[in-house]
This record gives sequence, C-alpha cells and structure tokens, in this order.
Amino acid sequence: MARFGMAIDTVRCVGCMDCVVACKTENSVPEGFNRDWITTEVTGTFPTTHLEIRSERCNHCDDPPCVSCCPTGASHVHDLGAVVLVDADKCIGCKGCVASCPYGARFIHPDGYADKCTFCIHRVEQGLLPACVAVCPTHCMHFGDLDDPNSDVSTLLASRRHHVLLPDAGTKPRIYYLT
Amino acid sequence: MSTYSRRKFLKISAATVTVASGAAGAAGAAASAKAAAAPDKPSKRAAQGVQRIPTYCDICFWKCGAIASVRDGVLWKIEGNPEDPLSRGRLCPRGTGGIGAHFDPDRLKRPLIRKQERGQEVWAEVSWDEAFAYIATKMHAIKETYGPESVAMFAHGIGGNFLKHTLKAFGTPNFAAPSFAQCRGPRDVGFRLTFGEDVGSPERTDIKNAQCLVLIGSHLGENMHNSQVQEFAEAVGNGASIIVVDPRFSVAASKARHYLPIKPGTDLALLLAWMHVLVEEGLYDKEYVAAHGFGFDQFAARIASCTPEWAYPETGIDPAVIRETAREMARHRPATLVHPGRHATWYGDDTQRSRAVALLNALLGSWGHKGGFYAPSSMDVPGYPYPAYPKPAKPKLDNPGMRYPFAHEAISTGIREATITGAPYPIKAWFTYATNLIQALPNEDETIKAIKNLDLLVVVDVIPNEIAGWADVVLPEAVYLERFDDLNVELFREPFVALRQPVVDAPHGQKPNWWMAKKLAETLGLAQYYPWKDIEEYLDHRLTAAGMSLADLKTRGIVRGAPQPTVVEEGASLAFETPSGKIEFYSLQLEKAGFDPVPVYTRHAEGPPASFRLLFGRSPVHSFSRTQSNRILSDMMDENEVWLNADMARRMDLKSGDYVCLRNQDGVVSNRVRVKATERIRPDCVYMVHGFGHTARGLKHAFGKGASDSQLVTRYATDPLMGGTGMNVNFVTIEPEAARG
Repeated sequence: MARFGMAIDTVRCVGCMDCVVACKTENSVPEGFNRDWITTEVTGTFPTTHLEIRSERCNHCDDPPCVSCCPTGASHVHDLGAVVLVDADKCIGCKGCVASCPYGARFIHPDGYADKCTFCIHRVEQGLLPACVAVCPTHCMHFGDLDDPNSDVSTLLASRRHHVLLPDAGTKPRIYYLT
Repeated sequence: MSTYSRRKFLKISAATVTVASGAAGAAGAAASAKAAAAPDKPSKRAAQGVQRIPTYCDICFWKCGAIASVRDGVLWKIEGNPEDPLSRGRLCPRGTGGIGAHFDPDRLKRPLIRKQERGQEVWAEVSWDEAFAYIATKMHAIKETYGPESVAMFAHGIGGNFLKHTLKAFGTPNFAAPSFAQCRGPRDVGFRLTFGEDVGSPERTDIKNAQCLVLIGSHLGENMHNSQVQEFAEAVGNGASIIVVDPRFSVAASKARHYLPIKPGTDLALLLAWMHVLVEEGLYDKEYVAAHGFGFDQFAARIASCTPEWAYPETGIDPAVIRETAREMARHRPATLVHPGRHATWYGDDTQRSRAVALLNALLGSWGHKGGFYAPSSMDVPGYPYPAYPKPAKPKLDNPGMRYPFAHEAISTGIREATITGAPYPIKAWFTYATNLIQALPNEDETIKAIKNLDLLVVVDVIPNEIAGWADVVLPEAVYLERFDDLNVELFREPFVALRQPVVDAPHGQKPNWWMAKKLAETLGLAQYYPWKDIEEYLDHRLTAAGMSLADLKTRGIVRGAPQPTVVEEGASLAFETPSGKIEFYSLQLEKAGFDPVPVYTRHAEGPPASFRLLFGRSPVHSFSRTQSNRILSDMMDENEVWLNADMARRMDLKSGDYVCLRNQDGVVSNRVRVKATERIRPDCVYMVHGFGHTARGLKHAFGKGASDSQLVTRYATDPLMGGTGMNVNFVTIEPEAARG
C-alpha cells in the first residue's frame, strides 16, 4: 500500500510560484483561491539574512484531523497512496475541516464544498506527476511513495537534512522540506 | 572546424515530438467555469475531449515552446513542450498562467478611434475598415507634407515583424525598441567592444556548467527568464559557488556563498578592484590572455591603482571580501561566469560597467569555455522574398550625426526627442506594437510632450494600457494563443525552429498582427508587398525553402537541428570580430572616439537628505506592465510593495502593510503603495517591482493597484557611448498616504 508524500528542496526553490499557477490551471481553481502557496521565512539581520522559501500545500497527514472531524465522511483517506481527499458531493460546507487543519490548507470553494490539494490524484492515476511537480522550473519538488525505500522521495530523505512543518501538531505531515 | 561566432546550420535531427491529439485528461475535482468574457460567437473548435496543440509563448520575449490543452472547446492549460530547448518541457509561472491573457475580461475587443482629447480615453468603436481608412488618410497626409520618414514605430517582440514590413514599404527608416536604450543596450555594446560580439537574447551563458557564478544586480529567480532560472537552479543544486552583488538580499543572494551588499551605483569600483586583484596576484588566465588579448599591459597599468582598499569607501565592501571573492573566481576559472545581466541601464556609465564585466570574464578565460559563454547556433531559414523597399530620402533620426557613436540599434528616446524638437526632421506618426511606452520610457512628461506633437498615434496591443490611452486609433490584437506569428529562429545552445499557431479563437474578433499589417498595406496601396494570401502561405513558403513544412511544424511545434560544438572543450574555436581580432583589454576604438579605453570609475551623485535611491526589478509572475490584468497572475501578486530596510521602517514608525506614497526629487508623488519592512535591503535605497500602479481606466482590475516606478523615473543619465537611459538616478522620500494631493 503506497503512502504518497513530497520532498521539496528549499536549496533549489526560488519561490517563483509556478507550482501555484500550474495547480490553478490544472485544477481550475477559482479566482481568489489557491490550493498551494509560497512561504518565505526571513531570519537574521541585514546583511546576514537567511531565507527559507517553501512551496506549501495540504500535508496529506498520516493522522489527518480534517478527516476525523468531518461529520459526513466527505473528507477521507483515498485508497491510492493514502491521499487525503474531499468528496464534494458529500461535503456540506460546515468548515470544520478548515478550522481543524493546522496548515490552513483548506478553503471553501465558491460552489460550497471544502477544497484543497489532491496531490493531483487524477494525474497520478494516469502515471503522471502532480502538476506542481511537473512544472517546477527548478526541479525542486519530488513526489513518490514514502513506504518504498527506493523511491525518489525516500532516497532524498535518507540522504539530506530535512524538516516538516508544525511537527508538534501531531498530525504526521508528509511534505518534507530538504535544507 | 567551427569558429566561435554566430553560425547558422540546417541539419534537421531525427528528433520528433509526439503531440497526441485527443489524449485523455481527467478533469480536476473542481472544474469551475472560467470567468471569461462572453465571446461574440461560439468557438468553431467545440470538439469534445482534450486537444493538445503546440505553439510558443509570448508572455515575455523568451519564446518558450509550449503545448496548450483545449478541453471541450475551452482553453484549459498550457505546458512546456518537452522537445523545446528553451523550456525543456517546463514553462515559467508567467507562461503557465498565460491562458489568463485569453480570458482577461479587460482586454481590448474592437478597433477604436479617439473621440475626445488625447489621454481622455474616450473612443468610438469602429469597424476594421474604418480604422484602416482613418490611419491611411492620416499617413498619406503626413507623407504629402513631411515625407514618409516622418512615421516611426516602436515595437517589442516578434509580433512587430509584419507591421514593420508594412511601414518599411511605406518608406520610413525609423524603428526602435525600448529593449535597447532602456534595457540591454549598454551590455551588448560593452561586450561588442570587448569580444566583438554581444551576448544575445537568450543570453549565451552556460550557467548550468558554471562552477562559480557571479551575479551583479541580476536577480535570477525573480527575473524569470526560463532557461536561465532552470540552469541557475541546476548550478545551485550542483554546489556551484554563487557570488551575489546587490543592494537587496535577492532570492539569488539567499543561495550565495558570498553576498556583497554593495552601495548602489558603485559596481564599477568593485569590478575594477576584482580585476586589480586578479592581475596583481597573477591569478588571471595568463595563457588565454596572451593568446587572445589585445592591450593587456596598458589595461593592467590603468587599473594598478584600483586596489580593494581604494574600492572600500566607495562600495562599502570589505577589502578582505573583495580579495577573497576574486580568488574564489580564479579558483574555478574558466568555469567562472560573471553574468552580464540584462536590464543594464542604471547610471549612465553602463556601457563602461558592462565592459568591465566583459573584461573580468576575459581575465578568467570564460568566453568560449564550458561554464562561461558558449557559441550559439541557429537554423538557416530564409526570409520571404519580398519586393525591395523604397529607399528613404532621409536617414533615420534617432541618433543624428552618430552623437552616440557605439549605438548599433536605434535609440527609442532619440525618436522621442526628435518628435519633441522636430529636428533633424519632424516625426508626425507613431505606431506602437506591444510596448507600453508610458511605462517603458523614462520621464513620462517627455513622452506625452512628444505625443502631443503627433498627427497620428496608432497602438496595437491586447490590453488597454497607458499608451493606448493616448492613442488616436487602437487596434485590438488577438493574444498569442489565438494567432499565427512569424517563426522563431533563435540563436541558442542548439538550432531549432518553432511555430506559433492559434489554439483557440479570439473571443471578440480581435485580429492577429499579420492580418492588420497586410490590411493596412492594402489600404495604403502597398498590396504588392503582401504577395501571400495568408500567413500560412507565408510560413509554408519560408519553411519549404528551408527543407521543412508547415504541416510538420503544426504537429510538432518545434523542429531541432543538429547540435554544434558550443565551447572550446567540444571543439569550437575562438574568433573575435573586434578591430584587432582579439579581446580588447585596451580599446583603441574608444580612445579614438574620445572615451576611456579602459573603464574608469566615477562617483555618482547622491540624493537629497533623508531620501532613498529608487531601485526597481522584476517579479517571477509578471512581465513588464502587461500582465497585471491577467487574473491568474494577479491572483499570485496583484500589487507591488516598496521594500524598506526594517531598521529604517522602525525609525520611521512604519510597518509592513502600511500604505505610503513616494515623492521623488522633482516633486512627483506616486500612487499609494504598501510598505514591505524587511531585512533584505540596505537602508539607503528602496525597491519596487516594475509594472504596477496602472492609471489606464480600461484596466479595471489593475487600475490603481500599487505604484509605478516609471512615474517616479523623471530623471535619467544618458550613456554617452550608446544613448542608453540610466534610470537608477532617482531618489524618493516616503510620506503618509494622506499626503497625496
């Protein structure tokens, strides 16, 4: 059973937002909303400044609070890759999941349902990479099965320093940032 | 044996692009309707399923090969063409968001003729025939009174080719692009004077193989020239040593081993000091310089006093750091690339600064070597055999008497000046193609003054931008996804030809540039200059002459030629088209013309007390002032900010998000703009992304969002060598928003 995740190389990332734009066109994300976004964390004092630029999105957590809090079962863990998805037809737009997500990854689509990153499961099912990964001009994004020790992501996590966002939230996120 | 100069090849490789039509593509979960303006008529291509159509991008001038997907007759997305050497299958964010140009509800829809005073933006919608009849009547009258030379054209991008052809047939020699005197001109002249060739566009920089990359004010990653950014990331990933010189801690600076927070305007002092160290410590490539250099000893003597200690009070860079970085460059030579930059019009001595960049590269032996500057090649595709143009009775007037002796392209601000003064002869009509002169040229007042002297201003564009606001006639163009264009035959790492073809219909009957140019020629009585029926006939003629076919290009989008040796390591040889046939460390051409034969540093004027030097640059999600109404890209960034040093902000009681206005040294006050208080910039300057602060009312979505740096660039320092307009010579103070009056 695959468990999909991402390893994103912050050393290569330039924060160009191509991942955000590609997601928007691939998934027809409506104006005013995005399923992924860029965070630039600035530390230090000029000129000894340090940046960490991250492409962020739903972490497809191993222990997803958005799924456990959903009253209708719309938020669920998909069979393929344990990807966290929303069944728009079952969603009543109660926003419980929006509030429960420590990453702010969800929003209510103008059509009334909770929306977020799907890891482009419709592409993955066809053997394609998620749109954000496929478009990245810096090749900083890697997608694959965390349970397969020979996958691209597993190899990178084994060899590079990395961290996740908000580990203390206890949700076991699956987006890793290589530093 | 191939030589190291511009070469053309016609060897079509067996590489094929598979562009499957009707490939299945499941819709995303959230397939919501696009906010498209209602089209005049239903699309002819209402085919079901997904069609994938290759074309090339036009959101910037890089012209990346792309494949657009149309789903059930509606434009869905656009991706890089894997066979394209420029995009390598991955477009930049602007290219990916390019479909927003098709859906932009603010775009120009129908031909317009002005009904009130210029600049009032009041027009009547007219038919295409009326528009061309109006233009032709005015042009005939201008020709009668002043001669055909009194028509000038400003263009940006490949789409201007056909209109230029029509106006050449009409008899004018006056064509210019702001991309020379307002952008890359000084760099190209500096490199020509040194190596006999410029770096071209796309630049011939072998970034991916560089072991040491030096960026001086060049903010790759924010400046999103696709191939360069891809290669930059590759170099970073390979562990290349990156040295960044910038008053602002750019994204590139965050990847650097050495970040040099230089005082603005002093880059030439640093360059001279670096060269001094390389010569003084004997670290330069002696063999390369001995074999290919001209005038090295005189050069060395001239920079002997330019020590790091001399440069320190100018630049603010510690002499030890200057030495250390010079040695770092030498350690990796010849795979050390001192990037030539692109937007080089900063302080008015920009050609000499660019020459210093060229000379530093020459000392490192990078020109012609792997990891330095490679030799590009292109396919040989003959032009269309048109009848000869009439010979203009008067010479072009942008640079009378070669006042700027090293300008090898026309100077747009020279045409503007002639339009204001009427000398050496009057200019009475302007055509602009895809260039918003109000934001592209410095000093908006001078541009408006020139426009007021015109009998005719015709603007061809896709959006109602500021220059369109001043037009007598506005011709709405179909966006690149809706039209054929000329072939892209680019000099690059390997030869290729790319086709732009329509993917969807223009929603309101907007027309392609070639159609407008042909129609205008016919209305002017110049039909003999358009022997072809439509552009497909033109394209097929050119392609057939080159041993290719339009039908093939339509399927593949790109045809690649056989790669040629690009660097000495691959068998290319070095040749320099300078007067000496060598790399000119000492330039007799410059000396003869009365200029410094070796670059000399001069201190630039400081601003008034409590003012900040105004710097500007690029965002990865916008191109110039032409993408702010693209709803996909505006969702990424819909207004710019003024970057202010965090400590200065604290002292001024400002915080990020506060709205302020900027007042420049001449009393010009900007639109309101949010403060970005940041540890990423020096305290003596502020920075803005160019292209915002639109004042054109037709740009409903972008109107009034952010501030325009161009509006604040009232002063410019003209480069005496080539007429470039240095624009980093303006200073601003920061005022509360309420001060705007």
